[in-house]
Amino acid sequence: MALQTRKEGPGEDEARKDVIIRIRGLVTGFGRKIIHDHVDLDVYRGEVLGVVGASGAGKSVLLRTLIGLNKPREGAIEIFGKRTGYAEGSRMRALEVRWGILFQEGALFSNQTVAENIQVPLREYTSMSQELMDELAAVKIAMVGLPPDAAGKYPAELSGGMKKRAGLARALALDPELLFLDEPTSGLDPISANQFDQLIGELQASLGLTVFMVTHDLDSLSAICDRVAVLVDKTIKTGTIAEFRNDTTPWIQDYFSGPRGHAALAG
Amino acid sequence: MVSIENTAEPAAWLKLERNVLRAGGRWTIAESARLDQQLQGLDVAKAQALTIDGSRIEKLDSTGAWLLLRTARSLEAAGHRISSLEIPERYRPLIQTLDRDQPEPERTRRGPRMSSGVYRLYRIGKATMEASRQAWRMLGYLGRVTVETGEMIAAPRKNLRLAALASQVEETGISALPIVGLLAFLIGVVLAYQGADQLKRFGAEIFTINLLGVGVLREIGGLITAIIVAGRSGSAFTAHLGTMRVNQEIDAMQTMGLDTVDTLVLPRIIGLVISLPLLTFYADIMALIGGAAMCYFDLGINIPAFMRQLTEAVNVSTLMVGLIKAPVFAFVISLVGCYEGFQVERNAASVGLLTTRAVVESVFLVIVLDAAFSVMFSVLGI
Repeated sequence: MALQTRKEGPGEDEARKDVIIRIRGLVTGFGRKIIHDHVDLDVYRGEVLGVVGASGAGKSVLLRTLIGLNKPREGAIEIFGKRTGYAEGSRMRALEVRWGILFQEGALFSNQTVAENIQVPLREYTSMSQELMDELAAVKIAMVGLPPDAAGKYPAELSGGMKKRAGLARALALDPELLFLDEPTSGLDPISANQFDQLIGELQASLGLTVFMVTHDLDSLSAICDRVAVLVDKTIKTGTIAEFRNDTTPWIQDYFSGPRGHAALAG
Repeated sequence: MVSIENTAEPAAWLKLERNVLRAGGRWTIAESARLDQQLQGLDVAKAQALTIDGSRIEKLDSTGAWLLLRTARSLEAAGHRISSLEIPERYRPLIQTLDRDQPEPERTRRGPRMSSGVYRLYRIGKATMEASRQAWRMLGYLGRVTVETGEMIAAPRKNLRLAALASQVEETGISALPIVGLLAFLIGVVLAYQGADQLKRFGAEIFTINLLGVGVLREIGGLITAIIVAGRSGSAFTAHLGTMRVNQEIDAMQTMGLDTVDTLVLPRIIGLVISLPLLTFYADIMALIGGAAMCYFDLGINIPAFMRQLTEAVNVSTLMVGLIKAPVFAFVISLVGCYEGFQVERNAASVGLLTTRAVVESVFLVIVLDAAFSVMFSVLGI
């Protein structure tokens, strides 16, 4: 099957699936530098999409644009069928509670314990009792594979991998439908990275999440991603890993067929 | 406040019929607070064997799943036998995952339980110990900086970083000119106005100039400048060095063999020791201009008359008494600022806390030292 950058509207095949994120003609940039030049992308309900690209290709910018931290120059972004990107105030809040974000370093609030971090969104958006919040914090902590005593610890007392798990627990606090992950396995040792991949896979399956994952990690891609979006030459190509291995674009060739690519995708 | 809770008609329901607890609808976080209350109030005292029938649940998320699971567990703990827990097939993995994890809630930690009187004593004691330890550590730091300064003076070309020094002088001195000038001018105006107001009653308004000259040159000019600089540059030192610590930049420098006192502290201390006396002199002049303006408009004393009276009231030693304190203030402000910067722990709150502490401590020390200088000068008869 030949790969193509999607320039036209959704075809028949895509229309049948439930589109969670729909990007059309997105242009972003800083100053005179254009990062994304009219890119289109669809993310379907229940899939894990891996976003890869060279450093500086705009993976993180794309993520930040989707979650509203960066204003797009042109184009339309719809998440859950609602336009975002330019949305502000309560309209954006209403969307934000439906997704969870795991930042690269966890971005935990340093003056609060892990349990308190997880309870921040619960406290803000619900009226549940402190007991239930404590219980849910414990549920989320167990869910992401942290030991129970992590609840009372401060972020400074946690290792890098534990911080990421705690960040994931906080991202899951409001039971989101959509999860954004920014390089979830970077900075982890291979064993922890594998465990983290498994964890995301399990959570995705049991909670029915849609996952948008920016990553560098070829192992993650082959382990849990249903589809891959490659940011190259200011545009996005999507497809499965198998499809990309026959792609002729130099960067994609190097990425998927380089020594690391071979090792990761050998299985 | 935005809420994700469903405040309209409940979308999830819960019924106890004989030995069957029926649950249905949307068991999600949006319904959780209400469901939690209903489940807490559940009265199942009579039932022995129970079935939990959740087969009519339309949507279940992890919050809802936890509520179901918790109910099942607490009923079992209360001696009931749960014969089955039915939920739609697609949600089975979710319940299984939660069940396997066995979460144990950690109760929110509370402060130590003491009567308020004892607790107050405890806090006073703790603060006192902390303050004395702080003073001890600061003394140690003063020693270290002194030794390093001595080494630098012994071999100046090797250690003194001129570029860093120049940028510190610019940052703490030249950039502070507008704010110091404006505030000193206003202080001069206020001082002249109040002085004139009181002295007029004795027909001695000309002595307003004496009050202004002596007050500004000996005390106010130096003090106000030191306090502004403590708030402006002392805090900047702490915040900058503290953030460098948070980013592990300080660790990186140490591993490269760069001495942090040499590269970070001494340029700041020497820079401020150079710029604060200059700023003080500038503030003195601005305050006198402010006072002169007030005298002109309020008392009708023209500039030559003002100058004549001023030269009678003050001499060079009055100015020097004020200026000699400035390097000492500068040293204290920059020492405290840098010291607290190095105390920052690797979290955001710590930067704020220690910056506050640096400003409070340096303003406190400046005023204490000023009082000490006054006592010393009066003993020496200056």
